[in-house]
Amino acid sequence: MTDVFVAPDIDWIALLPLIIVFVGGLVGVLVEGFAGRASRYAVQVPLSVATLVLAFVALVVLGPDRQGRTGAAVLVLDGPALLLQGLVLVLALLGLMVMAERLGGAQADTFTQAGALVPGSPEESDATRRGATTTEVFPLTLMSVGGMMLFVAANDLLLLFIALEVLSLPLYILVGLARRRRLLSQEASLKYFLLGSFSSAFYLFGAVLLYGYAGSMRFDQIALAISSNVGMDGLLVPGVLLVAVGLLFKVGAVPFHAWTPDVYQGAPTPVTGFMAACTKVAAFGAMLRVFYVAVEGVRAEWQPIIAAVATLSMVVGALMAIVQTDVKRILAYSSVAHAGFILVGLISMDQAGISSTIFYLATYGFMTIPAFAIVALVRSAGTEASQVGQWAGLGRRAPWLAAAFTFLMLAFTGIPLTSGFTGKFAVFSAAVSQGWAWLAVVGVLASAVTAYIYFKLVVVMWLGDEDAGDTTVVNPSLLTTTAIVAGLVVTLGLGVMPSPLLDLAQSTATFLR
Amino acid sequence: MNFPWLTTLLVLPLLGALVVALLPRASTAVRPVALGFSLLTLAVGVAMTTQFRTGSDEPFQLTETYSWIPQFGVSYALGIDGISLTMILLGLVLVPICIVAAWDDVPAVDRRQHTYFALMLALASMMVGVFAAVDVFLFYVFFEAMLIPVFFLIGVFGGARRWQAATTFLLYSLVGGLVMLVAVIGVYLAGPRGPEGFLVTNLTGLDLSVAAGRWLFVGFFIAFAIKAPMWPVHTWLPLAAEQARPATSVLLVGVLDKVGTYGMIRFVVTMFPEATQWATPVILALALVSMFVGAFLAIGSNDILRLIAYTSVSHFGFIVLGIFAFTTVGGAGATLYMVNHGFTTAGLFLVAGMLIVRRGSRDLRDFGGWQRVTPLIAGSLLVAGLSGLALPGLNSFVSEFMVIIGLFQRHPWLGFLAALGVILAAVYILVMYQKLATGPRPQLADVPDMTGREKFVVAPIIAAFLILGFFPQPVLDVLEPAVEQTLQHAGASEPEPAVDTANAEGSGR
Repeated sequence: MTDVFVAPDIDWIALLPLIIVFVGGLVGVLVEGFAGRASRYAVQVPLSVATLVLAFVALVVLGPDRQGRTGAAVLVLDGPALLLQGLVLVLALLGLMVMAERLGGAQADTFTQAGALVPGSPEESDATRRGATTTEVFPLTLMSVGGMMLFVAANDLLLLFIALEVLSLPLYILVGLARRRRLLSQEASLKYFLLGSFSSAFYLFGAVLLYGYAGSMRFDQIALAISSNVGMDGLLVPGVLLVAVGLLFKVGAVPFHAWTPDVYQGAPTPVTGFMAACTKVAAFGAMLRVFYVAVEGVRAEWQPIIAAVATLSMVVGALMAIVQTDVKRILAYSSVAHAGFILVGLISMDQAGISSTIFYLATYGFMTIPAFAIVALVRSAGTEASQVGQWAGLGRRAPWLAAAFTFLMLAFTGIPLTSGFTGKFAVFSAAVSQGWAWLAVVGVLASAVTAYIYFKLVVVMWLGDEDAGDTTVVNPSLLTTTAIVAGLVVTLGLGVMPSPLLDLAQSTATFLR
Repeated sequence: MNFPWLTTLLVLPLLGALVVALLPRASTAVRPVALGFSLLTLAVGVAMTTQFRTGSDEPFQLTETYSWIPQFGVSYALGIDGISLTMILLGLVLVPICIVAAWDDVPAVDRRQHTYFALMLALASMMVGVFAAVDVFLFYVFFEAMLIPVFFLIGVFGGARRWQAATTFLLYSLVGGLVMLVAVIGVYLAGPRGPEGFLVTNLTGLDLSVAAGRWLFVGFFIAFAIKAPMWPVHTWLPLAAEQARPATSVLLVGVLDKVGTYGMIRFVVTMFPEATQWATPVILALALVSMFVGAFLAIGSNDILRLIAYTSVSHFGFIVLGIFAFTTVGGAGATLYMVNHGFTTAGLFLVAGMLIVRRGSRDLRDFGGWQRVTPLIAGSLLVAGLSGLALPGLNSFVSEFMVIIGLFQRHPWLGFLAALGVILAAVYILVMYQKLATGPRPQLADVPDMTGREKFVVAPIIAAFLILGFFPQPVLDVLEPAVEQTLQHAGASEPEPAVDTANAEGSGR
């Protein structure tokens, strides 16, 4: 063996956005250790907001000119990667602003004071009495965002796995930090962690099979092996499917969706919004790269299976959503259905597939975060009132908030002049153009079914007669208001004037192989 | 000539809706402002009509085309031909009438009145858009978006079961609309694509494969059949009409449901001629069933509003028969019928609404002898009813006669069956009037007859009955070229007359 280890070239400048986010997260950890209890919130919020903004600026300024593969080609910073990274950053910023909501009081009301302590224990009440705060959510979020940005740029199954874990582990913790209904939250956290670990194991197994097949973890090498027909096909297709399991789990596609309703319900509501929006972007981004770059050559083998998963996601998500009585669970099942819609776009396997998927991710992210932010504001007796019945008569007591939520429901349904419609149109037309018309038909029928539950929420809110006495709407701070308004503006903007983003998505929708 | 007439018509009511919605809470100007905007829009509409040239050989006039979403092939493209012009004018005339009719519908509590009239104006804007769009995507946008104001008009301001009615209406329409969405995508992909690929003119005369054409046809037709509404997907209409305010019902049944039949002419027949020929027997059968089922259900109905809704189902069956007869007379009759039916329904719903407010019940059995209590209102109802049963001299007669002639030219036995429908119409209208207005004077406290405001509602409608009944020729002159163009696209040739029908084709006496 004459091979000498050569350190790979790494384009540190191109990685700057990623580095900024991770450094911001680490500084946040230090702040947790050294800043006084009273000043932590005041330091953490500006720090994490600044980190995300700075990373976004760095991405916009440096990214386009420094596209390419780096770090021994395990990282690819190409059009889709940059676009998805930017999307993750913007959505994370909105999500973070919602997380920073303190509901007027001195405490961050959504998060528990002491996540590590046993619920109901004397230690916990002691911590509450002394005014503990859970400001660690901010560094945790930044770490997760870093993982997501890595996830969409990874060109290597191993790096993809590392990114998967980096993005997931902070989420497992975040999910368990709800202040009210601690047990439900911890249960959600544990479920998410256990099922997530399972799916990671599946993923790893698949990665190993693919390595066995191609002799490399890198996507381009796998694609090369497929095209040169190395003749170990028994490893290939199972490997692809097992890898897909890991990724489909993250987006909550049926039949890997079982965690979604419980976790969405148990998690602190702002975290749910962040998770729903950003995790989907990251996981679909990674899925796009795996399917379009690595295993495109055997698409005849996996396309029918993904089509089945998409069908199931749309149908099960839609049908299960209409029998839920909890707003968060409704939105959870709706996210399952939306995962199905996105898969419809992804499956078309042409450039329109990439751009429509990315476009849909943007529209979904910008409507989900404000939707959950609004859910967090509707309260009854000091806790979130997420039962549908508790929303009765909201239209009269908080007309603006109810109007905002109504508009978001129209967008979820896919009514024209909202982003939801343009997104659906994009993915369905991508699918129809590649001969997946039946999938689009299933999709539109599923949308009609989901329309029932979205409009039921609208009906409940504006219903004239009934009134759920003690439900109140908290006055949101400027942070939440900004996030909600920004989400609404984008939702309307992408419905009325989608051209700029479509243009951007189409012009960048080419993977660097 | 370059004045953006249609955009103005689209924006004015929308602006009005915004102004009305933003008026201060205690403002008393809500209703006058709403009425003012609707009248202003009507005035612009009339002015636009003077710019319309009937002899033009362009497919659409007063066109405005701007690129909107070039990535999808979507343009903001408006334009009108004779059919869309008459439909827009019908809507513009009915909106102020409905606003006056709805003057006291909603008390000025909270901002309810603001919302009510703002929604009506928003609906007026969508109405213009849906008939003026000459881009299939844009048409779809308006087609779906107009559901939202109607949903809230029924859902917030309707009767006791309003939410059920609103939701049923919405879900029916959405299912149809979403299925159409796939067909919309499909027809674009089958066309020339490109940044203007959704323009109607780019999508007519496509060389479609037989299977593709038929699938796309089905996708479009289901949506329009639900909207129209045709048997067996008409079941949302009675509930919606019964629960909605009469003014809402007028706009919904009188104008918006015409999008169904309008869509059949504009999109289905012109874009998929082969599939249309293939499906015509089934459609004619469904239309005939609609006509009879609607009529029988109307005869059996005791709820006034429900009864009127069923008469509309019957009339829509008639209109569809006229369209799919594929004769100039039948087509022109059907399109004229679309206008007439708008006025007839408006008369029936609004006058019935006046009675319902006075009696506090929609049940026919609670009435009786009202021609002695409120002679003017009962008389107006009778006139509207006679227009509905196509009494010669009133508007519907001309159109109904033309449809039957058109049918006779192509399918004589169908013409015969359709003529039977006319008899049924006489039954349900006259039985309704008999139950409601004749008989001994009921023992009631002092019930006022028609008020001044209500006279302003009824007068223009009755005037329309008479004008369209005696002088339909100007309207027909506008409609006929558009109908002929449609028939050309559909590739239908006039059937050879077995006898000399030239005199009958003179039409409109």
